[in-house]
Amino acid sequence: MIDLKNLTIKKAHEAMKNGDFTAVDLTKSYLDIIKQKNSELNVYLEVFEKDALKQAEDADKRFKDGSAVEMTGIPIALKDNILYQGHISSSASRILENHVAPYDSTVVKKLKEAGAVILGRVNMDEFAMGVSTENSAFGVTKNPYDTSRVPGGSSGGSTTAVAMDGTLVALGSDTGGSCRQPAAFCGVVGFKPTYGSVSRHGLMAMGSSLDIIGPIAKTVSDAEVVFNTIKGKDDMDSTSISSDFYPKKSVSKMVIGIPREFLNIGVDERILTNFNDSVEKLKSLGYEIIDIDLPYVKYTVPVYYIISPAEVSSNLARFDGVKYGLHIDGGSNLLSDYLKTRGVGLGREVKRRIILGTYVLSSGYHDAYYNKATVVRDLITKDYTKAFEKVDVILTPTTTGPAFKIGEKVSDPIKMYLEDIFTGPANIVGLPAISVPSGFVKEDGVDLPVGIQFMAPHGREDLLFEVGKKFKGE
Amino acid sequence: MITKEEIKNLASLARIELDNSEVESLTKEVDSILAYVGQIQEVSAGVDREIPKNRNIMRDDVVTNEPGQYTSDILTNTPVKTGEYVSVKKIL
Repeated sequence: MIDLKNLTIKKAHEAMKNGDFTAVDLTKSYLDIIKQKNSELNVYLEVFEKDALKQAEDADKRFKDGSAVEMTGIPIALKDNILYQGHISSSASRILENHVAPYDSTVVKKLKEAGAVILGRVNMDEFAMGVSTENSAFGVTKNPYDTSRVPGGSSGGSTTAVAMDGTLVALGSDTGGSCRQPAAFCGVVGFKPTYGSVSRHGLMAMGSSLDIIGPIAKTVSDAEVVFNTIKGKDDMDSTSISSDFYPKKSVSKMVIGIPREFLNIGVDERILTNFNDSVEKLKSLGYEIIDIDLPYVKYTVPVYYIISPAEVSSNLARFDGVKYGLHIDGGSNLLSDYLKTRGVGLGREVKRRIILGTYVLSSGYHDAYYNKATVVRDLITKDYTKAFEKVDVILTPTTTGPAFKIGEKVSDPIKMYLEDIFTGPANIVGLPAISVPSGFVKEDGVDLPVGIQFMAPHGREDLLFEVGKKFKGE
Repeated sequence: MITKEEIKNLASLARIELDNSEVESLTKEVDSILAYVGQIQEVSAGVDREIPKNRNIMRDDVVTNEPGQYTSDILTNTPVKTGEYVSVKKIL
Protein backbone atom coordinates (compact mmCIF):
# COMPACT_ATOMS: atom_id res chain seq x y z
CA MET A 1 0.00 0.00 0.00
CA ILE A 2 1.53 3.27 -1.10
CA ASP A 3 1.14 6.01 1.52
CA LEU A 4 -0.66 8.50 -0.70
CA LYS A 5 -1.55 10.78 2.20
CA ASN A 6 2.08 11.77 2.84
CA LEU A 7 3.37 11.39 -0.70
CA THR A 8 5.23 14.17 -2.45
CA ILE A 9 6.71 14.39 -5.95
CA LYS A 10 10.21 13.96 -4.50
CA LYS A 11 9.25 10.88 -2.46
CA ALA A 12 7.41 9.35 -5.40
CA HIS A 13 10.35 10.00 -7.72
CA GLU A 14 12.83 8.41 -5.28
CA ALA A 15 10.52 5.43 -4.74
CA MET A 16 10.13 4.82 -8.46
CA LYS A 17 13.85 5.29 -9.03
CA ASN A 18 14.65 2.76 -6.29
CA GLY A 19 11.99 0.36 -7.46
CA ASP A 20 9.91 0.59 -4.25
CA PHE A 21 6.90 0.85 -6.51
CA THR A 22 6.33 1.41 -10.21
CA ALA A 23 4.59 4.27 -11.98
CA VAL A 24 1.87 1.78 -12.90
CA ASP A 25 1.47 0.89 -9.18
CA LEU A 26 1.18 4.57 -8.33
CA THR A 27 -1.35 5.33 -11.06
CA LYS A 28 -3.42 2.28 -10.09
CA SER A 29 -3.47 3.47 -6.47
CA TYR A 30 -4.97 6.80 -7.50
CA LEU A 31 -7.40 5.14 -9.88
CA ASP A 32 -8.62 3.01 -6.95
CA ILE A 33 -9.20 6.07 -4.76
CA ILE A 34 -11.09 7.73 -7.60
CA LYS A 35 -13.31 4.65 -7.95
CA GLN A 36 -14.01 4.76 -4.19
CA LYS A 37 -14.66 8.46 -3.75
CA ASN A 38 -15.70 9.98 -7.05
CA SER A 39 -19.40 9.20 -7.05
CA GLU A 40 -19.80 10.85 -3.64
CA LEU A 41 -17.64 13.91 -4.27
CA ASN A 42 -18.26 14.37 -8.03
CA VAL A 43 -14.69 15.40 -8.84
CA TYR A 44 -13.66 13.70 -12.09
CA LEU A 45 -15.92 14.34 -15.06
CA GLU A 46 -13.94 11.68 -16.89
CA VAL A 47 -11.08 9.38 -15.95
CA PHE A 48 -8.60 8.58 -18.72
CA GLU A 49 -7.76 5.16 -17.31
CA LYS A 50 -6.44 3.48 -20.44
CA ASP A 51 -4.27 6.40 -21.54
CA ALA A 52 -3.04 7.00 -18.00
CA LEU A 53 -1.89 3.40 -17.58
CA LYS A 54 -0.12 3.59 -20.95
CA GLN A 55 1.63 6.81 -19.84
CA ALA A 56 2.57 5.10 -16.58
CA GLU A 57 4.08 2.15 -18.50
CA ASP A 58 6.10 4.60 -20.61
CA ALA A 59 7.22 6.33 -17.42
CA ASP A 60 8.45 3.01 -16.00
CA LYS A 61 10.53 2.54 -19.16
CA ARG A 62 12.13 5.94 -18.54
CA PHE A 63 13.04 5.00 -14.99
CA LYS A 64 14.70 1.89 -16.37
CA ASP A 65 16.67 3.70 -19.06
CA GLY A 66 17.61 6.61 -16.78
CA SER A 67 15.77 9.35 -18.68
CA ALA A 68 13.15 10.00 -15.97
CA VAL A 69 12.80 13.59 -14.77
CA GLU A 70 11.01 15.02 -11.72
CA MET A 71 7.51 14.81 -13.19
CA THR A 72 7.95 11.40 -14.85
CA GLY A 73 5.28 8.98 -13.69
CA ILE A 74 3.63 11.64 -11.53
CA PRO A 75 -0.18 11.54 -11.73
CA ILE A 76 -1.85 14.86 -12.49
CA ALA A 77 -5.48 15.91 -13.04
CA LEU A 78 -6.50 18.58 -15.56
CA LYS A 79 -9.15 21.22 -15.04
CA ASP A 80 -11.80 20.68 -17.71
CA ASN A 81 -10.88 23.90 -19.55
CA ILE A 82 -7.38 22.72 -20.50
CA LEU A 83 -7.17 21.06 -23.91
CA TYR A 84 -5.81 17.51 -24.11
CA GLN A 85 -5.78 16.24 -27.69
CA GLY A 86 -8.23 13.48 -28.48
CA HIS A 87 -10.03 13.89 -25.14
CA ILE A 88 -13.19 15.78 -24.26
CA SER A 89 -12.64 19.28 -22.82
CA SER A 90 -15.96 20.89 -21.93
CA SER A 91 -15.25 23.70 -19.44
CA ALA A 92 -18.06 22.02 -17.47
CA SER A 93 -20.55 23.44 -19.97
CA ARG A 94 -23.39 21.83 -21.93
CA ILE A 95 -22.34 23.85 -24.94
CA LEU A 96 -19.10 21.82 -25.12
CA GLU A 97 -20.32 18.60 -23.52
CA ASN A 98 -18.93 16.36 -26.27
CA HIS A 99 -16.24 18.63 -27.61
CA VAL A 100 -13.02 16.72 -28.33
CA ALA A 101 -9.84 18.77 -28.12
CA PRO A 102 -8.20 18.88 -31.57
CA TYR A 103 -4.82 19.81 -30.14
CA ASP A 104 -2.81 19.76 -26.93
CA SER A 105 -2.51 22.85 -24.83
CA THR A 106 1.10 23.90 -24.33
CA VAL A 107 0.99 22.83 -20.67
CA VAL A 108 -0.18 19.34 -21.65
CA LYS A 109 2.57 19.16 -24.27
CA LYS A 110 5.12 19.96 -21.59
CA LEU A 111 3.62 17.46 -19.14
CA LYS A 112 3.72 14.75 -21.82
CA GLU A 113 7.36 15.56 -22.59
CA ALA A 114 8.15 15.18 -18.91
CA GLY A 115 6.36 11.83 -18.83
CA ALA A 116 3.61 12.80 -16.40
CA VAL A 117 0.48 10.66 -16.12
CA ILE A 118 -2.76 12.50 -16.93
CA LEU A 119 -5.45 10.83 -14.85
CA GLY A 120 -8.50 12.69 -16.09
CA ARG A 121 -10.44 15.94 -16.37
CA VAL A 122 -11.92 17.45 -13.23
CA ASN A 123 -14.97 19.54 -12.45
CA MET A 124 -15.11 23.33 -12.36
CA ASP A 125 -17.52 26.24 -12.47
CA GLU A 126 -18.75 26.57 -16.05
CA PHE A 127 -16.20 28.48 -18.14
CA ALA A 128 -14.32 29.20 -14.91
CA MET A 129 -16.98 31.61 -13.69
CA GLY A 130 -17.67 31.06 -10.05
CA VAL A 131 -16.29 30.61 -6.56
CA SER A 132 -17.94 27.35 -5.56
CA THR A 133 -18.09 24.88 -8.49
CA GLU A 134 -21.89 25.17 -8.12
CA ASN A 135 -22.03 26.65 -11.61
CA SER A 136 -20.86 23.42 -13.27
CA ALA A 137 -23.37 22.02 -15.74
CA PHE A 138 -22.50 18.58 -14.32
CA GLY A 139 -23.26 19.04 -10.65
CA VAL A 140 -21.34 20.57 -7.77
CA THR A 141 -18.19 18.99 -6.36
CA LYS A 142 -18.37 18.39 -2.63
CA ASN A 143 -15.79 19.62 -0.14
CA PRO A 144 -13.91 16.55 1.13
CA TYR A 145 -13.83 17.96 4.70
CA ASP A 146 -17.59 18.47 4.85
CA THR A 147 -19.69 17.22 1.98
CA SER A 148 -22.49 19.69 2.72
CA ARG A 149 -20.07 22.45 1.74
CA VAL A 150 -18.54 23.75 -1.45
CA PRO A 151 -14.90 23.11 -2.33
CA GLY A 152 -14.61 26.65 -3.66
CA GLY A 153 -14.13 27.54 -7.30
CA SER A 154 -13.72 27.71 -10.07
CA SER A 155 -11.01 25.01 -9.75
CA GLY A 156 -13.00 23.10 -7.10
CA GLY A 157 -12.49 19.78 -8.87
CA SER A 158 -8.71 20.27 -9.00
CA THR A 159 -8.38 21.11 -5.31
CA THR A 160 -10.75 18.34 -4.17
CA ALA A 161 -8.91 15.80 -6.34
CA VAL A 162 -5.65 16.60 -4.55
CA ALA A 163 -7.24 16.84 -1.08
CA MET A 164 -8.99 13.48 -1.43
CA ASP A 165 -5.81 11.73 -2.68
CA GLY A 166 -7.43 11.28 -6.07
CA THR A 167 -4.24 12.64 -7.66
CA LEU A 168 -0.88 13.85 -6.42
CA VAL A 169 -1.07 17.20 -8.20
CA ALA A 170 -3.51 19.01 -10.46
CA LEU A 171 -3.73 21.96 -12.81
CA GLY A 172 -6.29 24.65 -12.23
CA SER A 173 -6.77 28.04 -13.83
CA ASP A 174 -6.90 31.38 -12.05
CA THR A 175 -8.64 34.50 -13.36
CA GLY A 176 -9.83 36.13 -10.12
CA GLY A 177 -8.65 33.62 -7.53
CA SER A 178 -9.80 30.30 -8.95
CA CYS A 179 -6.69 28.33 -7.94
CA ARG A 180 -6.20 29.97 -4.58
CA GLN A 181 -9.66 30.25 -3.01
CA PRO A 182 -10.61 26.58 -3.55
CA ALA A 183 -7.13 25.59 -2.37
CA ALA A 184 -7.81 27.42 0.91
CA PHE A 185 -11.22 25.74 1.27
CA CYS A 186 -9.71 22.29 0.61
CA GLY A 187 -6.55 22.63 2.69
CA VAL A 188 -4.09 22.41 -0.20
CA VAL A 189 -1.61 24.73 -1.93
CA GLY A 190 -2.94 26.81 -4.83
CA PHE A 191 -0.42 28.75 -6.88
CA LYS A 192 -1.06 31.60 -9.31
CA PRO A 193 2.00 32.33 -11.45
CA THR A 194 2.88 35.76 -12.86
CA TYR A 195 0.59 36.61 -15.77
CA GLY A 196 2.25 35.37 -18.94
CA SER A 197 4.71 33.01 -17.27
CA VAL A 198 2.63 29.95 -18.18
CA SER A 199 1.23 29.73 -21.70
CA ARG A 200 -2.51 30.21 -22.19
CA HIS A 201 -2.40 28.30 -25.49
CA GLY A 202 -5.02 25.59 -25.12
CA LEU A 203 -6.61 27.10 -22.02
CA MET A 204 -10.16 28.06 -22.91
CA ALA A 205 -10.16 31.81 -22.59
CA MET A 206 -12.29 33.53 -19.98
CA GLY A 207 -10.59 36.89 -19.34
CA SER A 208 -7.58 37.12 -21.57
CA SER A 209 -5.80 39.85 -19.58
CA LEU A 210 -6.43 37.95 -16.33
CA ASP A 211 -6.21 34.20 -17.05
CA ILE A 212 -3.35 31.92 -16.04
CA ILE A 213 -2.94 28.19 -15.44
CA GLY A 214 -1.66 27.27 -11.98
CA PRO A 215 -0.63 24.15 -10.06
CA ILE A 216 -2.57 22.64 -7.14
CA ALA A 217 -0.58 20.43 -4.77
CA LYS A 218 -0.28 19.34 -1.16
CA THR A 219 3.07 21.02 -0.66
CA VAL A 220 4.72 24.22 -1.82
CA SER A 221 7.64 22.18 -3.16
CA ASP A 222 5.31 20.12 -5.34
CA ALA A 223 3.63 23.27 -6.67
CA GLU A 224 7.11 24.54 -7.55
CA VAL A 225 7.99 21.37 -9.48
CA VAL A 226 4.79 21.55 -11.50
CA PHE A 227 5.30 25.27 -12.17
CA ASN A 228 8.84 24.69 -13.40
CA THR A 229 7.54 22.00 -15.75
CA ILE A 230 4.74 24.04 -17.30
CA LYS A 231 6.25 27.53 -17.40
CA GLY A 232 7.98 29.19 -20.34
CA LYS A 233 7.65 31.63 -23.21
CA ASP A 234 5.47 30.22 -25.96
CA ASP A 235 5.15 31.49 -29.54
CA MET A 236 1.54 30.36 -29.47
CA ASP A 237 0.64 32.80 -26.64
CA SER A 238 1.25 36.41 -27.57
CA THR A 239 1.36 37.57 -23.95
CA SER A 240 3.68 34.85 -22.67
CA ILE A 241 7.03 35.74 -21.13
CA SER A 242 10.27 34.06 -20.12
CA SER A 243 11.47 33.85 -16.49
CA ASP A 244 13.90 36.71 -16.92
CA PHE A 245 11.37 39.15 -18.40
CA TYR A 246 10.97 41.12 -15.18
CA PRO A 247 14.05 42.48 -13.36
CA LYS A 248 14.71 40.84 -10.00
CA LYS A 249 15.99 43.07 -7.22
CA SER A 250 18.13 41.23 -4.71
CA VAL A 251 16.47 40.42 -1.39
CA SER A 252 18.73 39.74 1.57
CA LYS A 253 16.21 39.70 4.39
CA MET A 254 12.60 39.29 3.25
CA VAL A 255 10.18 41.91 4.55
CA ILE A 256 6.48 41.04 4.65
CA GLY A 257 3.83 43.73 4.29
CA ILE A 258 0.30 43.51 5.63
CA PRO A 259 -2.40 45.89 4.36
CA ARG A 260 -4.04 46.19 7.79
CA GLU A 261 -6.84 48.50 6.68
CA PHE A 262 -7.82 46.10 3.93
CA LEU A 263 -8.52 43.43 6.56
CA ASN A 264 -11.34 45.51 8.02
CA ILE A 265 -13.73 44.66 5.22
CA GLY A 266 -15.75 42.06 7.08
CA VAL A 267 -13.48 39.09 7.61
CA ASP A 268 -14.72 36.25 9.82
CA GLU A 269 -13.27 36.56 13.35
CA ARG A 270 -11.90 33.02 13.20
CA ILE A 271 -10.04 33.83 9.98
CA LEU A 272 -8.51 36.92 11.60
CA THR A 273 -7.39 34.86 14.61
CA ASN A 274 -5.85 32.26 12.32
CA PHE A 275 -4.23 35.02 10.26
CA ASN A 276 -2.73 36.70 13.31
CA ASP A 277 -1.41 33.34 14.53
CA SER A 278 0.21 32.89 11.12
CA VAL A 279 1.78 36.34 11.40
CA GLU A 280 3.25 35.40 14.79
CA LYS A 281 4.62 32.20 13.29
CA LEU A 282 6.29 34.18 10.50
CA LYS A 283 7.79 36.57 13.06
CA SER A 284 9.19 33.62 14.98
CA LEU A 285 10.72 32.38 11.73
CA GLY A 286 12.63 35.64 11.55
CA TYR A 287 10.60 37.69 9.07
CA GLU A 288 10.16 41.41 9.51
CA ILE A 289 6.48 42.37 9.27
CA ILE A 290 5.35 45.92 8.54
CA ASP A 291 2.05 47.59 7.77
CA ILE A 292 1.43 48.89 4.28
CA ASP A 293 -1.27 50.89 2.63
CA LEU A 294 -3.09 49.99 -0.57
CA PRO A 295 -5.58 52.84 -1.00
CA TYR A 296 -7.28 51.66 -4.17
CA VAL A 297 -7.37 47.93 -3.49
CA LYS A 298 -10.89 48.26 -2.04
CA TYR A 299 -12.07 48.72 -5.63
CA THR A 300 -10.75 45.27 -6.61
CA VAL A 301 -14.11 43.53 -6.86
CA PRO A 302 -15.91 46.29 -8.81
CA VAL A 303 -12.95 46.62 -11.18
CA TYR A 304 -12.76 42.86 -11.66
CA TYR A 305 -16.50 42.53 -12.23
CA ILE A 306 -16.40 45.14 -14.97
CA ILE A 307 -13.26 44.04 -16.79
CA SER A 308 -13.73 40.29 -16.60
CA PRO A 309 -17.35 40.18 -17.84
CA ALA A 310 -16.31 42.54 -20.64
CA GLU A 311 -13.58 40.13 -21.72
CA VAL A 312 -15.92 37.17 -21.18
CA SER A 313 -18.58 38.65 -23.46
CA SER A 314 -15.98 38.86 -26.19
CA ASN A 315 -14.30 35.49 -25.59
CA LEU A 316 -17.51 33.49 -25.42
CA ALA A 317 -18.88 34.89 -28.66
CA ARG A 318 -17.12 32.00 -30.38
CA PHE A 319 -19.65 29.51 -28.96
CA ASP A 320 -22.24 29.81 -31.70
CA GLY A 321 -22.98 26.19 -32.53
CA VAL A 322 -21.35 26.47 -35.94
CA LYS A 323 -17.73 25.38 -35.67
CA TYR A 324 -17.93 23.05 -32.66
CA GLY A 325 -20.05 22.24 -29.67
CA LEU A 326 -23.77 22.08 -29.14
CA HIS A 327 -25.89 23.04 -32.14
CA ILE A 328 -29.59 23.63 -31.79
CA ASP A 329 -31.65 24.18 -34.88
CA GLY A 330 -33.59 27.34 -34.10
CA GLY A 331 -35.83 27.36 -37.12
CA SER A 332 -35.65 29.22 -40.35
CA ASN A 333 -32.54 31.32 -40.03
CA LEU A 334 -29.00 31.45 -38.74
CA LEU A 335 -29.78 34.06 -36.08
CA SER A 336 -32.33 31.79 -34.45
CA ASP A 337 -29.73 28.99 -34.37
CA TYR A 338 -27.38 31.29 -32.44
CA LEU A 339 -30.08 32.48 -30.05
CA LYS A 340 -31.32 28.99 -29.22
CA THR A 341 -27.92 27.30 -29.06
CA ARG A 342 -26.49 29.87 -26.69
CA GLY A 343 -29.73 30.20 -24.74
CA VAL A 344 -29.82 26.47 -24.02
CA GLY A 345 -26.12 25.65 -23.94
CA LEU A 346 -24.85 28.37 -21.63
CA GLY A 347 -25.54 28.33 -17.89
CA ARG A 348 -27.09 31.01 -15.74
CA GLU A 349 -23.94 32.63 -14.37
CA VAL A 350 -22.30 32.61 -17.79
CA LYS A 351 -25.29 34.36 -19.34
CA ARG A 352 -25.32 36.88 -16.50
CA ARG A 353 -21.68 37.81 -17.10
CA ILE A 354 -22.07 37.99 -20.86
CA ILE A 355 -25.02 40.39 -20.44
CA LEU A 356 -23.05 42.44 -17.91
CA GLY A 357 -20.02 42.52 -20.18
CA THR A 358 -22.07 43.50 -23.21
CA TYR A 359 -23.53 46.39 -21.20
CA VAL A 360 -20.23 47.78 -19.88
CA LEU A 361 -18.77 47.73 -23.37
CA SER A 362 -21.76 49.20 -25.14
CA SER A 363 -21.85 52.64 -26.63
CA GLY A 364 -22.88 55.20 -24.05
CA TYR A 365 -21.65 53.12 -21.13
CA HIS A 366 -18.12 51.95 -21.90
CA ASP A 367 -16.58 55.21 -20.82
CA ALA A 368 -18.24 55.19 -17.42
CA TYR A 369 -17.65 51.52 -16.76
CA TYR A 370 -14.98 49.76 -18.83
CA ASN A 371 -12.66 52.72 -19.46
CA LYS A 372 -13.01 53.90 -15.86
CA ALA A 373 -12.29 50.37 -14.62
CA THR A 374 -9.07 50.24 -16.62
CA VAL A 375 -7.97 53.53 -15.03
CA VAL A 376 -8.70 52.18 -11.53
CA ARG A 377 -6.87 48.99 -12.53
CA ASP A 378 -3.79 51.12 -13.20
CA LEU A 379 -4.23 52.89 -9.85
CA ILE A 380 -4.37 49.53 -8.03
CA THR A 381 -1.26 48.45 -9.94
CA LYS A 382 0.54 51.59 -8.82
CA ASP A 383 -0.45 50.88 -5.19
CA TYR A 384 1.35 47.54 -5.40
CA THR A 385 4.38 48.96 -7.19
CA LYS A 386 4.72 51.52 -4.40
CA ALA A 387 4.22 48.92 -1.66
CA PHE A 388 6.87 46.64 -3.18
CA GLU A 389 9.42 49.41 -2.77
CA LYS A 390 9.15 48.89 0.99
CA VAL A 391 8.31 45.17 1.24
CA ASP A 392 9.17 41.98 -0.65
CA VAL A 393 5.93 40.05 -0.25
CA ILE A 394 2.44 41.05 0.82
CA LEU A 395 0.34 38.85 3.14
CA THR A 396 -3.44 38.59 3.57
CA PRO A 397 -5.88 35.82 4.37
CA THR A 398 -6.87 33.99 1.17
CA THR A 399 -10.60 34.18 1.93
CA THR A 400 -12.96 36.03 4.28
CA GLY A 401 -14.33 32.80 5.71
CA PRO A 402 -14.12 29.00 5.52
CA ALA A 403 -15.99 26.92 2.94
CA PHE A 404 -19.65 27.89 2.86
CA LYS A 405 -22.62 25.55 2.53
CA ILE A 406 -23.80 24.39 -0.88
CA GLY A 407 -26.65 26.70 -1.89
CA GLU A 408 -25.79 29.34 0.71
CA LYS A 409 -24.67 32.09 -1.70
CA VAL A 410 -26.25 30.95 -4.96
CA SER A 411 -29.05 33.50 -4.96
CA ASP A 412 -26.80 36.47 -4.20
CA PRO A 413 -24.30 37.18 -7.00
CA ILE A 414 -22.61 40.05 -5.17
CA LYS A 415 -22.00 37.86 -2.09
CA MET A 416 -20.32 35.36 -4.42
CA TYR A 417 -18.29 38.08 -6.12
CA LEU A 418 -16.97 39.33 -2.76
CA GLU A 419 -15.22 35.95 -2.36
CA ASP A 420 -12.59 37.36 -4.72
CA ILE A 421 -11.66 40.32 -2.56
CA PHE A 422 -8.24 39.08 -1.44
CA THR A 423 -7.39 37.07 -4.51
CA GLY A 424 -8.57 39.49 -7.22
CA PRO A 425 -5.68 41.98 -7.05
CA ALA A 426 -3.12 39.40 -8.22
CA ASN A 427 -5.07 38.95 -11.47
CA ILE A 428 -5.82 42.63 -11.95
CA VAL A 429 -2.13 43.51 -11.57
CA GLY A 430 -0.66 40.28 -12.98
CA LEU A 431 1.30 39.41 -9.84
CA PRO A 432 2.20 35.90 -8.66
CA ALA A 433 0.41 34.71 -5.52
CA ILE A 434 0.18 31.53 -3.47
CA SER A 435 -2.39 30.25 -0.99
CA VAL A 436 -0.85 28.07 1.69
CA PRO A 437 -2.88 26.05 4.21
CA SER A 438 -2.66 27.80 7.59
CA GLY A 439 -4.81 25.60 9.80
CA PHE A 440 -8.45 25.00 10.53
CA VAL A 441 -11.46 26.77 11.98
CA LYS A 442 -14.31 24.96 13.65
CA GLU A 443 -17.83 25.15 12.28
CA ASP A 444 -20.72 22.90 13.32
CA GLY A 445 -18.22 20.64 15.02
CA VAL A 446 -16.21 20.14 11.83
CA ASP A 447 -12.65 21.36 11.21
CA LEU A 448 -12.62 23.39 8.01
CA PRO A 449 -9.32 24.34 6.32
CA VAL A 450 -8.29 27.96 5.81
CA GLY A 451 -5.36 29.54 4.02
CA ILE A 452 -3.12 32.58 3.92
CA GLN A 453 -2.00 34.24 0.73
CA PHE A 454 1.41 35.64 -0.14
CA MET A 455 1.81 37.96 -3.14
CA ALA A 456 5.09 38.99 -4.74
CA PRO A 457 6.22 41.40 -7.47
CA HIS A 458 6.05 40.36 -11.13
CA GLY A 459 8.34 37.42 -11.82
CA ARG A 460 9.16 36.76 -8.16
CA GLU A 461 7.72 33.26 -7.80
CA ASP A 462 11.01 32.45 -6.09
CA LEU A 463 10.07 34.62 -3.09
CA LEU A 464 6.71 32.90 -2.78
CA PHE A 465 8.21 29.41 -2.88
CA GLU A 466 10.82 30.46 -0.32
CA VAL A 467 8.45 31.92 2.25
CA GLY A 468 5.79 29.28 1.59
CA LYS A 469 8.22 26.44 2.23
CA LYS A 470 9.57 28.12 5.36
CA PHE A 471 6.05 28.68 6.70
CA LYS A 472 5.09 25.05 6.09
CA GLY A 473 8.36 23.73 7.46
CA GLU A 474 9.24 21.99 4.18
CA MET B 1 -32.13 51.46 -13.18
CA ILE B 2 -31.71 48.97 -15.98
CA THR B 3 -34.97 48.00 -17.62
CA LYS B 4 -36.30 44.72 -18.98
CA GLU B 5 -36.15 46.23 -22.45
CA GLU B 6 -32.45 46.97 -22.05
CA ILE B 7 -31.82 43.42 -20.86
CA LYS B 8 -33.70 42.03 -23.85
CA ASN B 9 -31.66 44.28 -26.14
CA LEU B 10 -28.39 43.18 -24.55
CA ALA B 11 -29.39 39.54 -24.87
CA SER B 12 -30.16 40.09 -28.51
CA LEU B 13 -26.76 41.73 -29.07
CA ALA B 14 -25.11 38.80 -27.30
CA ARG B 15 -27.15 36.36 -29.39
CA ILE B 16 -28.66 34.69 -26.35
CA GLU B 17 -32.35 33.74 -26.16
CA LEU B 18 -33.83 34.37 -22.73
CA ASP B 19 -37.24 33.29 -21.50
CA ASN B 20 -39.46 35.67 -19.52
CA SER B 21 -38.39 34.44 -16.10
CA GLU B 22 -34.74 34.82 -17.10
CA VAL B 23 -35.38 38.38 -18.25
CA GLU B 24 -37.10 39.11 -14.90
CA SER B 25 -34.33 37.73 -12.73
CA LEU B 26 -31.51 39.10 -14.87
CA THR B 27 -33.01 42.58 -14.79
CA LYS B 28 -32.92 42.56 -10.98
CA GLU B 29 -29.50 40.95 -10.73
CA VAL B 30 -27.75 43.04 -13.38
CA ASP B 31 -29.26 46.17 -11.89
CA SER B 32 -27.87 45.46 -8.44
CA ILE B 33 -24.50 44.39 -9.85
CA LEU B 34 -24.23 47.60 -11.88
CA ALA B 35 -25.08 49.63 -8.79
CA TYR B 36 -22.34 47.79 -6.91
CA VAL B 37 -19.61 48.06 -9.55
CA GLY B 38 -20.63 51.65 -10.27
CA GLN B 39 -18.82 52.70 -7.09
CA ILE B 40 -15.70 53.16 -9.21
CA GLN B 41 -17.32 56.39 -10.35
CA GLU B 42 -16.31 57.90 -7.01
CA VAL B 43 -12.63 57.59 -8.01
CA SER B 44 -11.67 60.99 -9.28
CA ALA B 45 -7.93 60.38 -9.64
CA GLY B 46 -6.61 60.11 -13.11
CA VAL B 47 -3.52 58.23 -14.06
CA ASP B 48 -0.94 58.62 -16.80
CA ARG B 49 -1.73 55.58 -18.91
CA GLU B 50 1.46 53.75 -19.82
CA ILE B 51 1.85 50.79 -22.11
CA PRO B 52 2.60 47.90 -19.72
CA LYS B 53 5.87 45.99 -20.02
CA ASN B 54 3.98 42.84 -21.01
CA ARG B 55 1.74 43.76 -23.87
CA ASN B 56 -0.10 41.87 -26.53
CA ILE B 57 1.79 41.56 -29.80
CA MET B 58 0.42 40.49 -33.13
CA ARG B 59 2.06 38.28 -35.70
CA ASP B 60 1.82 38.84 -39.45
CA ASP B 61 -1.46 37.72 -40.91
CA VAL B 62 0.00 34.93 -43.04
CA VAL B 63 -0.89 31.29 -43.45
CA THR B 64 1.35 29.13 -41.30
CA ASN B 65 0.03 25.64 -42.03
CA GLU B 66 -0.05 23.27 -44.97
CA PRO B 67 -3.34 23.17 -46.90
CA GLY B 68 -5.69 20.69 -45.23
CA GLN B 69 -3.25 20.05 -42.38
CA TYR B 70 -5.82 20.49 -39.60
CA THR B 71 -9.06 20.08 -41.57
CA SER B 72 -10.11 16.64 -40.40
CA ASP B 73 -9.14 17.34 -36.76
CA ILE B 74 -11.24 20.47 -36.75
CA LEU B 75 -14.19 18.93 -38.57
CA THR B 76 -14.58 16.13 -35.99
CA ASN B 77 -16.31 18.68 -33.75
CA THR B 78 -18.30 20.46 -36.44
CA PRO B 79 -22.04 19.91 -35.90
CA VAL B 80 -23.24 20.47 -39.46
CA LYS B 81 -20.88 19.97 -42.33
CA THR B 82 -20.88 19.33 -46.05
CA GLY B 83 -17.78 17.53 -47.20
CA GLU B 84 -14.89 19.61 -45.97
CA TYR B 85 -17.03 22.69 -45.40
CA VAL B 86 -18.68 23.95 -42.26
CA SER B 87 -22.36 24.40 -43.15
CA VAL B 88 -24.48 27.35 -42.05
CA LYS B 89 -27.94 28.54 -43.00
CA LYS B 90 -28.26 31.19 -45.64
CA ILE B 91 -27.49 34.70 -44.48
CA LEU B 92 -29.70 37.08 -46.37
